[in-house]
Amino acid sequence: MAESSNGATAADLRKVVQPVAQGEPILQVRGLVKHFPITQGILFQKKIGAVKAVDGVTFDLMKGETLGLVGESGCGKSTVARLLMNLESITKGSVLYKGDDLAKLSGRALKAVRRNIQMVFQDPYTSLNPRMTVADIVGEPYDIHPEVAPRGDRKRRVQELLDLVGLNPEHINRYPHQFSGGQRQRIGIARGLALNPEIIIADEPVSALDVSVQAQVVNLLEKLQNELGLSYLFIAHDLSVVRHISDRVAVMYLGRIAEIGTDAQIYDHPTHPYTQALLSAVPVPDPDGREHRERIILTGDVPSPANPPSGCRFRTRCWKAQDICAEQEPLLQIRTGLDGLAAHDSACHFAEEKDIVGAS
Amino acid sequence: MTTIDTKKKPEGSGSAGAAPLLEVDNLHVEFRTREGVAKAINGVSYDVSAGETLAVLGESGSGKSVTAQTIMGILDMPPGHITGGEIRFHGKDMLKMSKEERRKIRGQKISMIFQDALSALNPVYSVGFQLAEMFTVHRGMSRKNAKLKAIELMDQVRIPAAKDRVDDYPHQFSGGMRQRIMIAMALALDPELIIADEPTTALDVTVQAQVMDLLAELQRERNMGLILITHDLGVVADVADKIAVMYAGRIVEQAPVRELYRQPTHPYTKGLLESIPRLDHKGRELYAIKGLPPNLMRIPSGCAFNPRCPYAQDICRSDVPPLHRISAGRGSACHFWETVMEGEVRG
Repeated sequence: MAESSNGATAADLRKVVQPVAQGEPILQVRGLVKHFPITQGILFQKKIGAVKAVDGVTFDLMKGETLGLVGESGCGKSTVARLLMNLESITKGSVLYKGDDLAKLSGRALKAVRRNIQMVFQDPYTSLNPRMTVADIVGEPYDIHPEVAPRGDRKRRVQELLDLVGLNPEHINRYPHQFSGGQRQRIGIARGLALNPEIIIADEPVSALDVSVQAQVVNLLEKLQNELGLSYLFIAHDLSVVRHISDRVAVMYLGRIAEIGTDAQIYDHPTHPYTQALLSAVPVPDPDGREHRERIILTGDVPSPANPPSGCRFRTRCWKAQDICAEQEPLLQIRTGLDGLAAHDSACHFAEEKDIVGAS
Repeated sequence: MTTIDTKKKPEGSGSAGAAPLLEVDNLHVEFRTREGVAKAINGVSYDVSAGETLAVLGESGSGKSVTAQTIMGILDMPPGHITGGEIRFHGKDMLKMSKEERRKIRGQKISMIFQDALSALNPVYSVGFQLAEMFTVHRGMSRKNAKLKAIELMDQVRIPAAKDRVDDYPHQFSGGMRQRIMIAMALALDPELIIADEPTTALDVTVQAQVMDLLAELQRERNMGLILITHDLGVVADVADKIAVMYAGRIVEQAPVRELYRQPTHPYTKGLLESIPRLDHKGRELYAIKGLPPNLMRIPSGCAFNPRCPYAQDICRSDVPPLHRISAGRGSACHFWETVMEGEVRG
């Protein structure tokens, strides 16, 4: 992370505050790489390898849209979130916020950018400090950014936020344990909104909640997006929830994006074998459909990100794999021969459309 | 199928007339804590026959796991107290059995698969040792033969290179493989009934599909009864024969799987079905059941679901609805089940 300095010019700051039109990219991620070193020895630590958690991820997040990021555990989706939040240092690649490289910003300019990118965490039980009241939790961002709400105004701001996320504004002096899981997640969302951010990065925000409460929180996130014009990066492993909330979806596998496109492109016209397998494995709440649904059961487990397969990373579990898959890494691009909704970026040499969920 | 008002009449059974393997009959369990008495189970009845899969569906706190623990005899007592009901296995009430008799059933006749394999397995013993222990303790086998049996079991649950991995420790396996070992352990003594408490909740979808398929296949091969406890309406639809939906310690709806999804007869079930997003189309705003599940120390009077129910009338606040029998194997604990049944499920 960059050290605090006053190197930012007035021009930098102006850029940060400048609005971005609806549908323009607000966040551009280019060739993002994060390798965690594996070391050996205690006194003289020697690097003997690296866990390639994120290995070349490129995407745009548009103003006002929701980009869903799906993948199984260990695919690097949460690391992407942490890199965007500047919670981990980037090994290679860049994150551009309105055209500015986050890694090159420091001091006031960086602080201003970070105000605009906020996060909602997965576990509403561990992400709220049990010894702080709701007023302290939701109001804490104002300690770092006092310009957003002057001291005397804080209580009113916090109450407004609680009202916005559907909690009783009179409960500001309660502690997290006095709330249910769904209510706690609302507190986490209120904290994320405190600084009027433009981008919310939500890492599995509903996966810890019960089904009946999950719908309430998903609806809340959608309502807030409409009212406040937020851009969401919505990270989840539940493909049904992601389809419901996302405008576009990126599928990750072992540190790379396998396929990216609009929700209809990915769900109704998937072309990457991994996406197809993932979709076919989702249990659908419809017993009548279970006979005429094709199930693709993958064999084996995800390989270790410390030693990923050469070429295409999915080839060890793929039924389409040929020699070329081991030799040449497939680029994320539109393959020739595909048209209509099937024509979207897919990182497979043999990309081919296949209807899995029976949408037609 | 047994419902509260039909329980003495076995002709309503949906499963080809065979006597059920396990019958839970009007079970009541409460937890006496310093803060008060939490009524976790308030009159639950269900049954499972050999070769049949019963899914028990419910949210956290609905009592689905407590029921399973009571059947297994692993409920913490105190604070738990069984205040009424019977659990009959092959017609014999297990709650009246001696500790020794129950011990003979547990593991050998009825076994359990837990949700979190990493915490259910002992981290300081190899998986081979833990599997072999089943045979040395219960069957009096020698260590060497027991280990061979362990390898055979690992093969059966399709752990690759079982021979080389038998001496590995739980942490050396992936989540899916650990869950397979749990299944192997549950199968070890050829039980007649398996209770699986959220067996795939901690797993990724592609692995979840593998594990569920394996479980269903082994069940078919051995003609076991299976009680599948879950909160996932999708998993249930794929494997269950019949479903019991639980809310606040009661069964609110019971039905064969197809009928439940096609035409729910309880507002809670209907709300759940409407509140899950769909994979095959985008849909509009999700229907959300308002409010929260009740505190078990202060269950609302009348129907426990009434504060959250769009159909609620005065009678719902005063009278506890019995499990109305709708057809063979179908029941709904709602005063207005006919009205609910007529409404369409919005997807």
